[in-house]
Amino acid sequence: MGSKAPIVEIRNLYKSYHRGNQILPVLNDITLDIDEGEFLALMGPSGSGKTTLLNLIAGIDKADSGTIKVSGVEITSLSETELALWRATNVGFIFQFYNLIPVLTAFENVELPLLLTSLSRKERREHAEMALRVVNLYDRMEHYPGQLSGGQQQRVAIARAVVPDPTILVADEPTGDLDRVSAMEILDLMERLVHGFGKTIIMVTHDPRAAKMAHIIKHLDKGVLNVYPQNHL
Amino acid sequence: MYILKIISKNTLRHKLRTFLTILGITIAILAFGLLRTLISAWYSGVEASSASRLVTRNSISLVFPLPLSYKEKIRQIEGVKLVSYGNWFGGIYIDEKNFFANYAVEPKIYLDLYPEIIIPPDQKMAFYRDRKGAVAGRKLIAKYGWKLGDSIILKGTIFPGNWEFVIRAIYYGRDKTVDETAFFFHWDYLNENMKKTAPLRADQVGFYMIGVTNPHIAAEVAVAVDKTFKNSLAETLTETEKAFQLSFISMTEAIVIAIQLVSLVVIVIIMAVVANTMAMTARERFGEYAVFKTMGFRGWHIAGMIFGESLLITMVGCAVGITLTFPVAHIFATELSTYFPVFNVTTKTICLDIAAALIVGVVAALFPTYRAIRIRIADSLRRIG
Repeated sequence: MGSKAPIVEIRNLYKSYHRGNQILPVLNDITLDIDEGEFLALMGPSGSGKTTLLNLIAGIDKADSGTIKVSGVEITSLSETELALWRATNVGFIFQFYNLIPVLTAFENVELPLLLTSLSRKERREHAEMALRVVNLYDRMEHYPGQLSGGQQQRVAIARAVVPDPTILVADEPTGDLDRVSAMEILDLMERLVHGFGKTIIMVTHDPRAAKMAHIIKHLDKGVLNVYPQNHL
Repeated sequence: MYILKIISKNTLRHKLRTFLTILGITIAILAFGLLRTLISAWYSGVEASSASRLVTRNSISLVFPLPLSYKEKIRQIEGVKLVSYGNWFGGIYIDEKNFFANYAVEPKIYLDLYPEIIIPPDQKMAFYRDRKGAVAGRKLIAKYGWKLGDSIILKGTIFPGNWEFVIRAIYYGRDKTVDETAFFFHWDYLNENMKKTAPLRADQVGFYMIGVTNPHIAAEVAVAVDKTFKNSLAETLTETEKAFQLSFISMTEAIVIAIQLVSLVVIVIIMAVVANTMAMTARERFGEYAVFKTMGFRGWHIAGMIFGESLLITMVGCAVGITLTFPVAHIFATELSTYFPVFNVTTKTICLDIAAALIVGVVAALFPTYRAIRIRIADSLRRIG
C-alpha cells in the first residue's frame, strides 16, 4: 500500500467563511495524504473544521487556496458542472441523518445514483440488489425509509453510497443518530467495506468507539491537523 | 419515467396542501373559463356575422327609418347580389321580462342571406304562404313551449297594438354560434297595418341587409351605397355586419374590459397561491435537493422535479376546472338565455384555460427553482444536519 500514490492528496489547503465583515478561518494550511483502502477518522471539537474538510474532499465545497487531488484528478480546479459529474462516479456519501428520499423505497433509493450512469434498467436492478445484499437488507428493499429503523436506514444509505462503486466513501458522523447496537452494526459494515471490498473511507466522528475502527485518526483543532496513533484514544 | 415517479410521489407528500391548491386552481380555471365564455357570448353576434353581408341604416341613427324605395337603387349598385330589409319590432310577449329579439323582415331574400338559419322546406313554405306566419328559433320554442300552428300575441312597443302571429316554422342554427332565440315575421304584415293605422310610417324600413358578390369588395360597395343616397332626405350609413355588431358592443365596452381584467386578476391570484405552495414545498426539500446534488444530479434535474410538480398540480386543477366548465356553463346558458342567446364554451376558451394553467405552473416554479439550484450543497446539508 505504501508504494502506491495516495488516492487523496491535499496540499496547503485553506478555507475560511465570511460572516458580514468578519473572516473566520476554518482550515489552515492542511496537507494530508490518504492511501487507497484506508479507513481514516477525522476527529475534533465542534467548529474545528472537520466537516468542512470532508466537504472539500468530496467536492461539495470550494477551498480558498490549496489543492486536492483524488485519484489523480485535481478537483479544486473543476467547475461546478465537472464536479457534479465527478461526484457521480467518484464519491459515495454517508450522512448522519441518512438523508434517504422518503417517497422512494429502499431499492429505489439505492438505484438513484445509477440513474446517472449508462447502465440498463436490468443492470441497475442487479447492482442495486447486490448492494442491498451487502448491507443485508435485500428482504426489505420494497420498504420505504419510514418503515425502517434508524440502523436499517443507515445501511440503505451505505448501499446507496457504494452502489456506483465510488473511489472514496465519505461519512459524516454515520453513527451520530444511532443507538449503540445499531452504531456497532454500521461500523462493522464499514470495516467490512474496507477489508472485504477495498474501499477507502474518510469518516468524521465525535465517537471514540467509531474512531477506534479506523486505521488512522486525524485530529483537527482550530483548523490545524494533528495525527494521533490509534492507542492515543 | 423515474423522475415522473418522483414528481407524482412528491405531489402527494402533503395531501391536504396539494388538494387545496388543486381546488384553488380548479375554481380559478372555472371562473376564468366562465368569464371568457361570457366575453365570447358578448361577441357572439360579431363572430356569427358574415363578411359578405352589409347593413345599411339611416346615417343619423338606427332609430330613424329609410324609404322602401331605396331597395331598387341599392340592387342596381355594382357588386350587390341580394337586398332584403326589415325592422326591429321590439314586441313583448305577455310580460316585459320575456325578452327576445323579434324582427319584421322581407322573408325570402332575408333567409337567402342567412344560410346559417336552417328551416325545414315544408315549414318554410308554410311560413311564406301565411302573412301572419312567424319563424321562431328552436330555443325560443322550447322556452315558451310553443308548437307549430300556435297563435301568439306580441304587444308592440315601437309599433303599438296587439299583434297576432301563427308559428309556421322553427329554425335551428347551422352551428353553435347561431342565435336560436330570435323571432321573424313578414314585413308586409307590419307595413299593411301601418298603412291603416299610421300611414306616415308605412313603406319605411329600419335597415337594409345587402349580400355582396364578393367579400373583398364589401368596402367599395358600402361606399357606393352611401354615395348613392348622399344629400338625400335620408342619408345612409353602410357597414359590414361585423362592424354593425361591434358598434353595439362598443356601447358596453367598459363592461367587457372589466370582465377581461377580472379574469386576469383571477389568474394572478391563483399564480400567487401556487407560487406560495411551491416555495413552501421547495424550502422543505432543500436538504433533499442537496442530497441529489451530492450524488451528481445537476441543476436541471432539480428544476425538472420542481417544475414537474408545479405543472402536475396546475394541470390537474386545470383538467378538473375545464371539465366542470361545461356543466356550469350549461346552467349559465339556461339561466341567462334571455341576455346571452349564445353561451358556448369555445375551443379558444379551453386553449386559454390550458395556457393560463401552464403559465401559472411555470411562473410558480421559477423562484423556488432558482433558489434550489443556487443554494450551496454544504449549506443545505448543514440545515438538515
